[in-house]
Amino acid sequence: MSFLELRGITRDWDGQGGVRDISLSLQRGDFLSILGPSGCGKSTLLRLIAGLEQPQHGTVVIDGRDVTALPPAQRNLSMVFQSYALFPHLNVAENVMFGLKVRRVAARERDRRLSDALKMTGLDGLERRKPAELSGGQRQRVALARAAVAEKPLCLMDEPLSNLDAKLRHSVRRDIRALARNLGLTVVYVTHDQGEAMSLSDTVALMNKGQVEQVGPPSTLYNQPATIFAAQFIGEPPMALVEGPLLGLREGLTVGLRPELIQLSPPEQAHLTARVLDCEFLGSETLVSLDHPAGQGLAVVLPGHASQVPGDSVGVILPEQDRRIFDTHSGRIEKASQQNPAALNRQNTAPRDGQTAPEATEPSFDLNRTTS
Amino acid sequence: MAGPRAIQGPAMTDPLKLERRRRAIHGWLLLSPALAMLTVFALYPSVATFWTSLWSRGTRRNPSEFIGLENYRALLEDPTFWKVVWNNLLYAGVTIPASIAIALIMALWANSRIPARSFIRTAYFTPTVLPMIAAGNLWLFFYTPSFGILNKIGALFGAPSVNWLGQPDTALWAICIVTIWKEAGFFMVFYLAALQTIPPDLKEAAEIEGASRWTYLRRIVLPLLMPTTLFIFVNAMINSVKLIDHLFILTKGGPSDSSKLILYYIWENAFAYFDRPAAAAMTIFVLIVLGLLAAFQFLVLERRTHYQ
Repeated sequence: MSFLELRGITRDWDGQGGVRDISLSLQRGDFLSILGPSGCGKSTLLRLIAGLEQPQHGTVVIDGRDVTALPPAQRNLSMVFQSYALFPHLNVAENVMFGLKVRRVAARERDRRLSDALKMTGLDGLERRKPAELSGGQRQRVALARAAVAEKPLCLMDEPLSNLDAKLRHSVRRDIRALARNLGLTVVYVTHDQGEAMSLSDTVALMNKGQVEQVGPPSTLYNQPATIFAAQFIGEPPMALVEGPLLGLREGLTVGLRPELIQLSPPEQAHLTARVLDCEFLGSETLVSLDHPAGQGLAVVLPGHASQVPGDSVGVILPEQDRRIFDTHSGRIEKASQQNPAALNRQNTAPRDGQTAPEATEPSFDLNRTTS
Repeated sequence: MAGPRAIQGPAMTDPLKLERRRRAIHGWLLLSPALAMLTVFALYPSVATFWTSLWSRGTRRNPSEFIGLENYRALLEDPTFWKVVWNNLLYAGVTIPASIAIALIMALWANSRIPARSFIRTAYFTPTVLPMIAAGNLWLFFYTPSFGILNKIGALFGAPSVNWLGQPDTALWAICIVTIWKEAGFFMVFYLAALQTIPPDLKEAAEIEGASRWTYLRRIVLPLLMPTTLFIFVNAMINSVKLIDHLFILTKGGPSDSSKLILYYIWENAFAYFDRPAAAAMTIFVLIVLGLLAAFQFLVLERRTHYQ
């Protein structure tokens, strides 16, 4: 029995924006991230769960109860806003206890929960400060504490880290995870940062243009993206994409491969030859971006400090067992049986300035079409 | 300003001192326009008024002479003055809370999602845009006995004709209503602006916490509107002492001083009875009271107000 269930949720504004026909379900205690680029409807989906928006179609079920028509307060959930939505005239303690006072929780119980929440979020000693006197990270923690004292089983978070700097984001990210575990919260977490989604969640729902593109554990989304969009959105750097015909596949297929699985090789053994665009030294490894007319986002990750000269031609091996093959037009994954194993060893050694392989000149490689 | 001290240096050979001096001159130059304006239009008139209030009223036979605080003593013994002060207190006590409350209610309403919102906002604001004299004449027509609109409506229900402005019992109240009508729309604009600075997610956060609309209003909106309320309060206070034009049109302070307010009485003393020193003494009295009020508002109320 799932704890949170969305069935066919649709909400748009005169056909603009919003979400279309979304169904999701979530077990109690799960951490679900809703991931997607801005404007994909992920915040709308969260607001629909919270009850701050009403769906045009579909139902929201929380803990076996159909709450579609209920106001937010009766849905038994708490929420952390992107802007934190702290009350500027109330101090930290008053902000955190606002909901408890409204719900007339007894004073002793209130104080106990307050001190627990402040301890958990490391806000001890800041009780009397106003939000304006706090740093961004502290404000963020007040918002978390306010959600924590409510002791509601479901917690919704709308891009809670987007206003923090990179370092803080990392530490608060860990706090959120710990908080959710300690309190046994079921969390729905909206973010546009794939790193956040991957590191925090048990399940990631990737959204695009108002629809769910793929749902699954982070490792599945990373290793087995179901669509070209997923392949390109998840991972830093994202999956490299190569036109199928270049690797001996039929027209209309696209091959995707994680850059860390791509290898450099001598030209005679390579699947294709590409030109070095740029080298980024990342400390433990070096990311070498490559350019090939029939490829997109081609890159190689080399251990340690590697020095490739931009403009050089290098041979590249795309290991067959790691390839993901997509239909270029629908953007969906193809069955593995559609691969043509016999053609996989064919080489294509066309550098950019040399004689380009005839397949590569075809302008059939259009990513904008793939997700429609 | 560190200006004057910097100039007092001895020999200006030191380049640092020269630079300091240059900066001081610069500072005084920037200050001088405001300084000149304030001196000519605020400081000098106040001092001159105070000076005038210390002299007797001059006639052709008795030239004015220095009499010290005699004018103030006479003022305190003048029953009309006390009547006027009482009128003014009543007027302020009625119009300020009423117009602030009405302004707040109208602003909350005009800020919510209602049809023809901008029309309603404009309609509320119209009384403020109307020239005072025009508004006065309009209300003169409303209040006219027998064929004024109020009495016409009253007559439909069989009420007797009332001369609202012409009897001591109702004249001041009639003036109060005109003021509330005019001020509320003006104050509403400030409240409306303040309401629009409150981020909508505060309401959503309160909603999720289970706060009712009333709780949200009382615990969140009203405290966040406090700076605006204080500003409006100070303005309303000043306006209540400044009112004169409605009186000219509607009652001329009558009947039997029942609707006379302080500024009108000062004007009467100065330009109808030509008793300038008495008017000057009254002006100083008003200045002192207003100054004390402002100090109270900014020192006491300010501290209890949250500014974002």
